[in-house]
Amino acid sequence: MTNILRKIYVALIFVFLYAPIVTLMVLSFNESKSRAKWGGFTFKWYIELFQNEAIMQALLNTLMLAILSSVIATIIGTIASLAINKMNRAGKTIMMGITNIPMLNAEIVTGISLMLLFITVGIRFGFMTILLSHITFNIPYVILSVMPRLKQLNPSTYEAALDLGAPPLKAFFKVVLPDLAPGIFSGFLMAFTMSLDDFIITHFTKGPGVDTLSTKIYSEVRKGIKPEMYALSTLIFVSVLILLLLINRTPKDKTKKEISGGK
Amino acid sequence: MKKIVSLLLSVAICAMVLSACGSSGGENGVVYVYNWGEYIDPETIEMFEEETGIDVIYEEYETNEIMYPKIEAGAANYDVVCPSDYMIQKMIENDLLQELNWDNIPNASNIGDQYYEQSEQFDPGNKYSVPYCWGTVGILYNKTMVDEPITSWSVLWDEKYENNILMQDSVRDAFMVALKLNGHSMNTLDETELQEAKDLLIEQKPLVQAYVVDQVRDKMIGGEAAIGVIYSGEAIYTQRENPDLVYVIPDEGTNVWIDSWCILKDAENVENAEKFIDFMCRPEIALMNFEYITYSTPNDAAKELIEDEDIRNSDIAFPDLSQYNNLETFQYLGDKGDEVYNNLWKEIKAE
Amino acid sequence: MKNKKLNSLMASPYLIWSIAFIIIPLLMVFYYGLTDKDGSFTFENITAITTPEHMKALGIALLLSLISTVICLLLAYPLAMILANMNGNKDRFIVLIFILPMWMNFLLRTLAWQTLLERSGVINQVLEFLHLPALEIINTPYAIILGMVYNFLPFMILPIYNVLNKIDRNVINAAKDLGANNVRTFLSITLPLSVPGIISGITMVFVPALTTFIISNLLGGSKILLIGNVIEQEFLQTSNWHLGSGLSMVLMLFIIISMIITAIFDKDGEGSAL
Repeated sequence: MTNILRKIYVALIFVFLYAPIVTLMVLSFNESKSRAKWGGFTFKWYIELFQNEAIMQALLNTLMLAILSSVIATIIGTIASLAINKMNRAGKTIMMGITNIPMLNAEIVTGISLMLLFITVGIRFGFMTILLSHITFNIPYVILSVMPRLKQLNPSTYEAALDLGAPPLKAFFKVVLPDLAPGIFSGFLMAFTMSLDDFIITHFTKGPGVDTLSTKIYSEVRKGIKPEMYALSTLIFVSVLILLLLINRTPKDKTKKEISGGK
Repeated sequence: MKKIVSLLLSVAICAMVLSACGSSGGENGVVYVYNWGEYIDPETIEMFEEETGIDVIYEEYETNEIMYPKIEAGAANYDVVCPSDYMIQKMIENDLLQELNWDNIPNASNIGDQYYEQSEQFDPGNKYSVPYCWGTVGILYNKTMVDEPITSWSVLWDEKYENNILMQDSVRDAFMVALKLNGHSMNTLDETELQEAKDLLIEQKPLVQAYVVDQVRDKMIGGEAAIGVIYSGEAIYTQRENPDLVYVIPDEGTNVWIDSWCILKDAENVENAEKFIDFMCRPEIALMNFEYITYSTPNDAAKELIEDEDIRNSDIAFPDLSQYNNLETFQYLGDKGDEVYNNLWKEIKAE
Repeated sequence: MKNKKLNSLMASPYLIWSIAFIIIPLLMVFYYGLTDKDGSFTFENITAITTPEHMKALGIALLLSLISTVICLLLAYPLAMILANMNGNKDRFIVLIFILPMWMNFLLRTLAWQTLLERSGVINQVLEFLHLPALEIINTPYAIILGMVYNFLPFMILPIYNVLNKIDRNVINAAKDLGANNVRTFLSITLPLSVPGIISGITMVFVPALTTFIISNLLGGSKILLIGNVIEQEFLQTSNWHLGSGLSMVLMLFIIISMIITAIFDKDGEGSAL
């Protein structure tokens, strides 16, 4: 009985989260350019999408930014979390306070303050400035995901490994890292996602000619979103889904929970 | 997880290599263009590049106000921009634009005289700007949802249409409606006139379904509301999608706006910028852009080339301005003036 | 001793990074917030929060984001528990499924809600077909709350799931063996152990909800002014960066408040998971 209730609950939240996604997918097959009118079924937006060089270039930029910024942020953020965790209380409070700043500031403030910084320093606006900004707002997401996990970590396993003669680095990679992996992974994922989605900060820190999908979408808002964008989102979504399915089919890795749950 | 990361990394590296190869300058240099989003037919840019060998680095913005700080801060070295009337005036006053050398832009003569006259309001002596697009602001209504033909802004205060009205979500446009209804200039700084306008807009708020900028189009097409305040360029498109929609310029007068090409003071590629503007003023190019973005073109020669008679003679696309009273163009009111308007608007929105 | 050295070495990249890209830009915001157009020192931009319009905008923003945070917590906690209890093989995939919607652009997703909620939108057409009364929440605060919950729910699910997943199942089994019922086990073991995840989830939802302006524009019909909208307008429409900076400094007060709250929750001095 409770099992059925659980399934219903998960299903309901699932519907809530996916209703807009399905809507967008349906719109990508809409003959009419207007969001509000169904003009018949068509594939033409998918064809036009691939002929649209500007969108393809924006896609490329977006992916590169998301990948680079989230990988770098994950590395810096994870190392920082380990260090923060060992700090005394005051140090911890200060570091976590700093970490919260980019999250708590209105995006627009972060964006403009970074723009001011880059102008002052004299860096030329372009891909690099966006990348630096994305890493900056991505690191907190990594730290906030890794820290809770780190707190639950049992320090004695690491010490046991050392006692058994493992070199610290090896002990870290064999004992600590696997335990942290889910936190690191969700931090990475969050960072990747935030970078993918960001508009305001990107807008203020980008140079001429460098567009991401978000800045492209926002500049299209005035004249209406082009249906190609719906098509592209659908494609991204479906390919991520397929990628996930494929990864999930490969044999499970060691970081998975050993004890099976359920009662 | 390792797999994903390494996969993503390799994608990133490939992408980097690809994009590094992609960006090589044109044989005759570059020109940096900063324009409204979706405000040009991309094919015209390609044609320009092919013909001149100049590489166009094209970037888009959403509003004048987003564009301005980037230019002012000198964050990027643009050459050509396309601001609206009042913003051109502001940029002239803040010494951000340079005077045009009309000899190098011969096609600018294709632009009708009436548009240059209109431009005098914000660019006295026509020194800095070449009109690119123009239009009016008016009321779009769904004739199946209203009882009588609409001719006045006052319909936006009619309680019959409670929750059926879409208002513009921008300070100056909203105040324009209220000021015009009261018979005042939309560039006024008179305190009592502005207070009256504010009270009127607060009175209107319960009737308004939503304050929107770009959503008017889709909402009107979908029949979400009966009446909306809209830019004329959008009206042509919405009518095509939903024939029940009618566009009118109210009797009390309205805003005639112009977006014009300008060259920035710090432009490094002035010669290329002139070539770009000149190219955009060619009749056949202006026609392509008109057909792509549906905003009215001030290019008289291009208008003559329009094959569809209905559009060429359309009152929406090319209204005869002399028929209407009280048409005005926005002027820059100075930082103080802007502040007055913005504070009043905030009071309305917080109500 | 060696450990300490290693620790500061590990902290240094982030420390340098945060000084360069967080602290210094922040000081620039402070500079703008504490000066006027002529560059002379003033508190006016900060005291401006006390005007009726700004107080109202702040109040509504606080209220709406608090409600959204509570709803997110109530929705996410049971979900995270169910997910954490699922058989080990599938769990990460299932979590990803709940993050996946965020890979569709934020603006597009929010626009899609408009299409769903509008008067003649998809939901109302379905309701009409079923002869049910229409749902008229578009352009109201309810639609804004819905938008906030929708957009930020994954931020709540993830951290809670993370901590729950980490709880040693043997502890729970031990509690049960000792005769604790489900409720008791939950209250005295699961819930206390998951506090770090809850706190981090609350921050991750509350903060972006408090400063958002796009959701209130698109789903609230711009009829409701939130503090995020005000700051946005000061920067993008009014070009009054001084006032915008001053008001964001007021918002930063909430960093301090949330740090105090964490300190209360975290008496053991374990450090905050904020």
